[in-house]
Amino acid sequence: MISFSNVTKQHKGAPKPALDAVSLEIERGDFVFLVGASGSGKSTLLRLMLREEIASRGDLFVLGQNLVTIPSRKVPALRRKMGVVFQDFRLLPNKTVFQNVAFSLEVIGKSSAYIADAVPEVLRLVGLEEKADRLPNELSGGEQQRVALARAIVNKPDLLLADEPTGNLDPATSAGIVSLLEKINQNGTTIVMATHDVGIVDRLKRRVIELRGGVIVRDDKKSGYETALPITDQVPISSDTEPEQGNEPEQANEPEQGNEPESRISSTDQAEEQE
Amino acid sequence: MKFGFLMREIGQGLSRNVSMIVSIILVTFLSLTFVGTAGLLQAQIGQMKTYWYDKAQVAIYLCTDTSPADACPQGEASSDVKATVEAALKDAALTPFVERYYFEDHQAAYDKFQEQFADNAVAKYVKKEQLNETYWVKVKDPNKSAVIVESFTGVAGVEEVRDQRSYLDQIFSILNAASIAAVGIAAIMLASAVLLISTTIRLSAFSRRREIGIMRLVGASNFYIQLPFILEGVVAATIGSVLASGAVVAIVVFFVQGYLAQRLPLTSFVGVDDALLLMPLIIGSGVVLAAIASGFAIRRYLKI
Repeated sequence: MISFSNVTKQHKGAPKPALDAVSLEIERGDFVFLVGASGSGKSTLLRLMLREEIASRGDLFVLGQNLVTIPSRKVPALRRKMGVVFQDFRLLPNKTVFQNVAFSLEVIGKSSAYIADAVPEVLRLVGLEEKADRLPNELSGGEQQRVALARAIVNKPDLLLADEPTGNLDPATSAGIVSLLEKINQNGTTIVMATHDVGIVDRLKRRVIELRGGVIVRDDKKSGYETALPITDQVPISSDTEPEQGNEPEQANEPEQGNEPESRISSTDQAEEQE
Repeated sequence: MKFGFLMREIGQGLSRNVSMIVSIILVTFLSLTFVGTAGLLQAQIGQMKTYWYDKAQVAIYLCTDTSPADACPQGEASSDVKATVEAALKDAALTPFVERYYFEDHQAAYDKFQEQFADNAVAKYVKKEQLNETYWVKVKDPNKSAVIVESFTGVAGVEEVRDQRSYLDQIFSILNAASIAAVGIAAIMLASAVLLISTTIRLSAFSRRREIGIMRLVGASNFYIQLPFILEGVVAATIGSVLASGAVVAIVVFFVQGYLAQRLPLTSFVGVDDALLLMPLIIGSGVVLAAIASGFAIRRYLKI
């Protein structure tokens, strides 16, 4: 499904590569968390899979296509088999919930009959059939992210990429989004989710890939967020990577998302309460 | 591609940038009106050429006693001179070029002069001996009149050989210069129209960058993303060029036919049919120009 082999991404003018010889395999139906500090290369990884960026070196296959050599004109067809959600939702403010979801089908040329069927169905799946006529600014953050999810999956993608989808949401709402992602995953969609949300990663016990300074330092099946510490000492690459980043992931996480320790604790609590 | 979606997108784009769209319409309207005017001038020149060149003759003016001495040292042309000229005109060397010719003697020249200048005081003083006896030569091909001019220039007893076309050519060169000036102005305005179109399209793309971002992510094809923008420029330019072709027709109807043709009844002017011929040219060039300009702008601005 997804295969990175020795993929390096060097941005112009940057002293160090954003990704340095990364190799990984993701199978169909997997649910994978990407964790790591800001600047560790999570977003670059996702952008490479979307072919928003092109790898500088190495081979990258997604959905059977070599993304290094694929011609531009074939990229749209590839992206139709993928869905993406972002931390900032990226909804169109002047369109209703229904129109936002319908837009993504209109622009790939689906018939209005198909749209009239598919959109209500996916809105029911994300639990927003009642709010189809609302504008995004009339919705809560969690509801907006559900709309974004509905838009991402309405075309039944094989792969869903999520870039910190719960980054702007409170823990309870985040848990709702994640259970929705699990439901989508159970329907056969592969999910790759970059996140800082400790509670979610710990609770789901799925595969976790940790990046640090553009290198994979951990790739565990059924792991949690925090287990990185003991393992990083054993992985030879990590010891010489970036001392200034600190060996403690907690420390590295703190400055960026406003993800304070308290909120993390509460997120764990909340997630447990939900269950 | 769904028509309704496309129309909606174009409509949104047009209403979002009304002032820019209006300026595109005005600039294409003005520039293409200049193009059309240049076309009309060329058509007018062509029409006058066929009309007047057909009537133009070569005049071989024979010497008179009052002719300047350096051209006519012997004074009044003798009958020998006339015989020489007539023989040359009938000679096999010139007959392929000469359609017909006739001789105008002093009396005939005097009568014509009196008729032409009937109201002028000079008619009273002129004597018929002062007016040149003339061989009027109608050439078969106006473009080869130089052959006649060269054959008789400098012949003894001939004061001057004059191709009437040379008078007309002065008029035509003025008209030509006017049409070149119109084309030059049109070129500058068209260049600004192209720049304006590409700026507007960029602006339009910028104001819709959210939509474009989503379209790219969900896998809309480049063609689908770009077409509304290109058509936006084309629609605006088409409106401008339709207005311009209307203006060109109006110029012919109201100025040329309604004003000039009334004042100068003996001259033939371009008609509405000439203006209608220019119409598809004007509209076509407006549309093509806009498509190229906006296509280029959007391609530079939107990369996959």
